[in-house]
Formats: sequence, structure tokens, C-alpha cells
Amino acid sequence: MNELVNFTIDKKECMSTKGKYLVDAAAENGIYIPTLCNITGIQPRGACRLCTVKVNGKLTTACTTPVYNNMEVENESPELQDLRKSIIELMFADGNHYCPYCEKSGDCELQAIAYRYRVTVPRFPYSFPKREIEAGHPLLAKDHNRCILCKRCIKAVKDDDGRSIFAFARRSHKLTISVDTRLSHVMSPEKAAYAAEICPVGAILLKGAAFKKPIGERKYDKKPIGTELEM
Amino acid sequence: MKNSSHIKSKPVIATTSLAGCFGCHMSLLDIDERILQLAELVEFDKSPINDIKKISRPVDFGLIEGGCCNSENVEVLRHFRDNCKYLVSVGECAMMGGLPAMRNQLSIRECLEEAYLNSPSVQGCNEEGIIPSDDELPILLNKVYPCHEIVKIDYFIPGCPPRADLLWDVLTSLILGTSPKDQYSVFKYD
Repeated sequence: MNELVNFTIDKKECMSTKGKYLVDAAAENGIYIPTLCNITGIQPRGACRLCTVKVNGKLTTACTTPVYNNMEVENESPELQDLRKSIIELMFADGNHYCPYCEKSGDCELQAIAYRYRVTVPRFPYSFPKREIEAGHPLLAKDHNRCILCKRCIKAVKDDDGRSIFAFARRSHKLTISVDTRLSHVMSPEKAAYAAEICPVGAILLKGAAFKKPIGERKYDKKPIGTELEM
Repeated sequence: MKNSSHIKSKPVIATTSLAGCFGCHMSLLDIDERILQLAELVEFDKSPINDIKKISRPVDFGLIEGGCCNSENVEVLRHFRDNCKYLVSVGECAMMGGLPAMRNQLSIRECLEEAYLNSPSVQGCNEEGIIPSDDELPILLNKVYPCHEIVKIDYFIPGCPPRADLLWDVLTSLILGTSPKDQYSVFKYD
């Protein structure tokens, strides 16, 4: 039988199963911890750092930290809120995020978290990098301008033989996602739709599916991200 | 003491459109009949709405639409900063460059050649291949800059355009010195 553990998040008493990752355990207890790279059920990597919390006074990522008994977690303190805002702002300043014409606008998780934290302008100067758009794949377009390098597509999208369709290429500030052209040409429409869906931003787009939902009916138009979890 | 000027006379608002499309000004008009209330609360100085061309007195709130793409935009923005107590960036272009900043990935030469030599709309009508260049014309900046990277901006109203309800909420809060309602459904970047 799974062992139950008691812990607190922002002094609220919580209960979950030992070893469960903090992001999921918090969700079970009606507490939202923002994340852009995590997908429940897939080995977390702690790539985006947005879920940074304080566990017993030390900064750590909630998506990679399993819960244990008597753990004391700080989640929504002003310090952590500002830290998360700074991470979001860095992402906006680092890429080319033109929300007004982005197909993903309204359904975009980066945008939704920025709305939740009421981000207006980044404290960092915009870098306006020159990046490519790969439109040569039959079902997908890959817009590197919007990619936040969260690794979701690398971790979650495999072909039927388990081969990765997406992979990291180059290093450091030149790091980019490369798409396997051979595999992208034989990708099923369902898999392509899944890849576009799990992309937290508008970096992987399904061709011919743009602007289907009118403004007002998109995922994050009316309610902030995370409110579906919160009690 | 800070509010005494508000008691004596109405706060003064000035607005301008730099590298923008006037959509934010249209959204301001979208407050509909509330514009009559706004006219009761404030006086307008320089603005495309009343066609006053120059700032003529100290302004309380300067609303800036659009980012800075040329030397004239920078001059107007600095003139606003010098004459306005508070500056407000209105809309995505003022806040991040917006659609005009799409040119930031290209060189100025590429932009001008596309506009005057290569685009389908100029085929057959610019046979001498002239790219306008005159001392009278503002000089293009190397890229389009958001306003807060040129001068200090005090408040930001996001949106493309900002929803009329958000504009109304922020403007009335600034004018009356109250807290904005901060409604989630009108805080948007698109």
C-alpha cells in the first residue's frame, strides 16, 4: 500500500502519497504551482525553473522534488512570485513573442502564466533574435522565434518505434530544437496534433488549424491558468 | 498637497501615436458614451482625437501608442516625457515594439528595398529605383524600440488594442487616484 505523507504548502496542511512529485501532490491538494516544461506522467527534467519553490528554506524545483513527511513548502511568497515573474520576463525578452498575431494566443501557457502574474514589460531589454521558421514539414511548422526550449516535445513525442522526432541541437545560447525531417514526413496526424498541443507556446503549430477558436472562447480568455485546480 | 492641483483644475491628458496603427486610439473611443464622463473628468491637450498638434501646458497623463521606429518618434516621446507628470505606454507596440518590430530581424536596407523596389505594389511605378532619402525625412532607427527602453514609463496598459474596459479602468483609477479593478478577462496581450 502506498504510504501517505503530511506536509504543508504556505502553511496549509496537505496530504499525498510518498514519492509523488510536489507539483502533482500540490494539485491533488488544490494548490497550483506554475510550470511550463512538466507533463504529468513523464519523467520531469526541471527545465523551465518556473515551479521553483522553497522546501525547508531551500530553493528547488517542485516538478523534480518528491514529497516526504513534514516537508514545509513555500509557494506563493512575494519573493517566489518575483522570481517566477523574472523567469517569465526572461523568456519574453529572449525570444520573439508577438502575441497579437500568434496562432497560439489565448491557448498559450507562457502567455497565460504571464497574465496570471500580471506581467507587463520585462525588466530585461528585448533581444529580438534572428531565428528561423521551419515550414517544410508536411503537418507541422516549427517556429524557433517562440521556442522556450522546455523539452516537452523531446520527451513526449516519439514515433511508434520509440524514436525521438524532436531533439536538441547545438549548445549554450545557440541551443535549438531540431526536427527529424525523415520522421516528420511519416508522422501521423494524431501525433502531429499532440505535438502542437503539448507545446506550451506557439513554437509547434499544426498546419491548417490556425485561429479556429474566436477570441473569448480560447482556453485562458476568461479564467487564469491554474484556477481549475484551486480550491 | 499632491492632489491640490486636481481640485483647482481638471487633470490634463495628452495622447500620441508613434509607430502604431491608431488602433489603441480607436479602442479609447470604444469606451462609447463614457467618453462624455471622461470629458467631464479631464481636459485634453495634444491628441489626434482633438487634432491639437503641440503640447501647450503641463500635462498630467501622457498616453503613448506605438513604439519608436524613427528619429521623430524618439523626439515626440522625449517631448512627452519632458512635459507629462506620468507617462503611460498603451498597447503592445509601445510596450514591446509590436508588429512594426517584425522588421527587427531584417536590416534597414532589406526593409527599404522590399518597400520601394521589390514588393508587387511598386512594380512598374518606380522604374528609376528611388529609395526616398531627404534631410526632411525622419531617420529610421536600427530597430524598433519599445518606449520604456527610450524614456522612463510609469504605467503600462497591455493589449492589441487594449480592451476599452481596461483603458477606462486604468484611466479612471489614475485620474481619481483609486485602485484599478484589475479584471482578468480584459488583461490581454492580443
